Order: sequence, then C-alpha cells, then structure tokens
Amino acid sequence: MTAAAPSPPYWLLAELTYRCPLHCAFCYNPLDYAAVRDELDTEGWFRVMREAREMGAVQLGFSGGEPLVRDDLELLVAEAHRLGFYTNLITSGVGLTETRIAALKEAGLDHIQLSFQDSTRELNDFLSSTRTFDLKKKVAALIKKYDYPMVMNCVLHRHNLPHVDKIIDMALELDAEYLELANTQYYGWAMKNQQQLMPTLEQVRQAEQVVNEYRARIGNRCRLLFVVPDYYEDRPKACMNGWGAVFLAVAPDGAALPCHNARSLPGLSLPSVKDASLRWIWEDSPAFNLFRGDSWMQEPCRSCPEKEKDFGGCRCQAYMLANDASAADPVCAKSPQRDRVDAIIFQAAHPEKREVRAEAILFRTDANSRQLCQPQDQAAQAAQPGKAAIL
Amino acid sequence: MNALPEKPLLNRRFRMQYEPAQQAHVLLYPEGMVRLNQSAAEILKRCDGSATIDEIIAQLEAAFDTTGLRDDVLGMLSHAQEKDWIR
Repeated sequence: MTAAAPSPPYWLLAELTYRCPLHCAFCYNPLDYAAVRDELDTEGWFRVMREAREMGAVQLGFSGGEPLVRDDLELLVAEAHRLGFYTNLITSGVGLTETRIAALKEAGLDHIQLSFQDSTRELNDFLSSTRTFDLKKKVAALIKKYDYPMVMNCVLHRHNLPHVDKIIDMALELDAEYLELANTQYYGWAMKNQQQLMPTLEQVRQAEQVVNEYRARIGNRCRLLFVVPDYYEDRPKACMNGWGAVFLAVAPDGAALPCHNARSLPGLSLPSVKDASLRWIWEDSPAFNLFRGDSWMQEPCRSCPEKEKDFGGCRCQAYMLANDASAADPVCAKSPQRDRVDAIIFQAAHPEKREVRAEAILFRTDANSRQLCQPQDQAAQAAQPGKAAIL
Repeated sequence: MNALPEKPLLNRRFRMQYEPAQQAHVLLYPEGMVRLNQSAAEILKRCDGSATIDEIIAQLEAAFDTTGLRDDVLGMLSHAQEKDWIR
C-alpha cells in the first residue's frame, strides 16, 4: 500500500431505494433488502453528492431498486447537474410518465438506461413477475421523444440467450444507441436462482456469434455490448476495476459499498455516510482499504503477472465459491477452487445429474426477502421458498 | 476509412468538461468517461461545426505560436471520428 491518497471515486452509484415494482429473479440486490429501512433523505443525498463531487467524482448513477419510486428524484437530478455530474438514470421504466420525463429533462438528466427482461412479453413479464412489457415499449418511445441517449439493458440467461437476435432487433426498432447484453452475474437473487438461470456453454457461444454477426451488419447504429458470463472464461473479470479504485456505491440506508454486493461479505464493517465524511470513507475506512492495492493477495494472485489486469477478480465471488474473500476468484483457471465453477457448468449442461434439485424460481419480493432476513434456519427457508413458481 | 467532415462538430452525445481533480478535460457519455490529453482537448474544443479543418489548424498554430501541426491534428480527428466523438 502506498501512502499517497487513492485516486478519486470517479463513479458514484446512488442506490436511492430498494423498493421496486419489479420482482426480477436475477436481481443483484441483497436477499435481505427488506430489513433495510431508513432511506437517506433528500438533504442526505445532497451531501453525499456534494462530497463526492469535491473529491472528483464525475459519473453519477441513480439506481435502486427503482429510483423513480423516490418522489424527490427530480430534485436530486437537478442538484447533481448543478454540481457538474454526468447523470444516469438506471430504471425499469415503471413510473416514468411523460410529466416526469419532461421534469427530469428540465432538471438536467443526461441519460436513461432502460432495462428489458426479454424481447417477448411472456418472458419479460414472467422473469420480472409483472406485466410491464408494453409499458416499457411506451417508455422507450418517450425516451427518444425527449432526446435522451438510450441504453437498453437486457440481462441474459438460459431462457433468453437463444433469442438474443430478437432482443437486438427490438433494440434497433426502438432506436437504442447502446444495447447492453449483460449475462447474469451470480449475486443476490441471481445466485439464489442460479440453477434456473445458468446457461450452457453452447448457448453462450451461439449468442456471441449472433452478436458478432449483428455488429458487422449494423456498425455504429447501435453499439452492442456483450458482457460475457465470467464462469465461462478462464480469467476473472477486473471487478470494479479494483477495490476502492474508481467505484463507490451508497446504499439506500447510507451504507457505503466498495462494490454492489459488499453487503454479503461477512465481517466487513461497512461505513455509513450518516456517520462519516465520504472522504474518510473512501480514503481511510478499513472497508475501502481491505482489498485495495495487492498486499492482501494470496497465491496464485500474489505472484501472478496478470494481477494488475484483473486485480484477482471478484471478492464476493471468492467468498461465495471458495469461502474466502481474499482467495483468487475461482473463475480463474489458476485458482485451486476452479473445480467448483466447473461443477456448476457441468450441472448447467446436465440438469438431470444435479445432486440438489431446486426447481422453483424465487422472485425478488418483499415477502420472500423478509423470510430470508431471518437468520435462523436459513437452509430450511430456502428449501421451501414463499411465493415460488415452477419454470 | 471515411473522409473527415468538412466542418467537424463534437457529437452532441458527448459532453466535454474540465475536471479540476484530474487536471484534464474529459468526454462524458452514458456511464463512461474518456480523459483527454491537452492537445486532444484543444482540438475538440474547436470542433464547433463552423470552423473548417484548415481553420482549426490555423487557430491552433496561432494559439500555440507554432507551425507544422497539420499531421497531428488530422491524426487526432481521424481517431475522434472513429470513436464517433465528432461528426
């Protein structure tokens, strides 16, 4: 660790709320989100944004949950714009009326990222456990009408990878400038539903080929970003571009997170913006320094020539799969725990050979979250999830 | 490679601003940022859709009291066009 102050958190993610009208089975929010209450108020967010901007933060994402359920969103956007942030709204589109989209434009909102669950009404509505598909198409038209750049985001998994071509067609029809085809990352609810969501290698490679064919055909008209599923790589992703390097998220209750999923790491004492300045949190708090730099690394990362490139991968994945947050990300072929990833891949290709069959998909609902909040007997809870459906 | 635009204009989908913390100009776009070196920033600042490339070169050579910038400017503009920063 060098004594010099770390570079600024260029990317501030404001998770305004965990409340959400959707119930997506692949949500990365914590399973026990329902236990989080006491959302930061408007003034609290103003202070977070001001302190982050003073440190040099420049990209600001408003996310959640669904940020539109906050009725002060327009005020927050206006303040962010005044401070000089580039403002991104990351939304399901539910609640984005013409009145609000006009007010957000007026407030200085720069960009809207709209999530779709699939190109078909049936799968979109099933995977988000709502009826929202037609509404999303209307919102996409409003986004264009108000001249926002539009990034469409669609989370990919074994049920929609086979029609990635239809998803791209839809993005082109809606005139999106970017389409993020984000393969599911297994955290939070997605991890809980991994057996339901995990694609086969064949599905991933075929989809990749389709994406490449479209890229060649459409050029700059719509930029296709295909986020590869890291289980099918042999090197880990450069998670967060390094811990405490560029990314700072603030959760609805004010907890400051070095990554989206840091709440799930045991023993990590997360600082709160309610108790400390953002500068102290970023530069000096134990949580943000725990995996900063490379002095925390074990072998094979410590002596690996690629450690500057991928920073050892994802700490949360190391904890989930290797039971050790400072181990190499087991996605890496050099990890001694790579066999755990291979076992998951094998099961995706051979569902009939699963040792434990969890056939029910668990939607992200308040009721399910409250059940999962109860620390006692979690295994029993998981065996009989609340409102579940058979896929 | 496409021909350069006659009067280059910064793509309105990118926002250029000076960031004191980075002591540099940056280009901002949805969820992304490019840090510009000083010469790239000086060139892009002049891509206002009214100046021709020749005029931009003349402005830069006057501003920095030098000559022979043509190749550098053309190289930078080609890169910018490839990245869709100018139109």
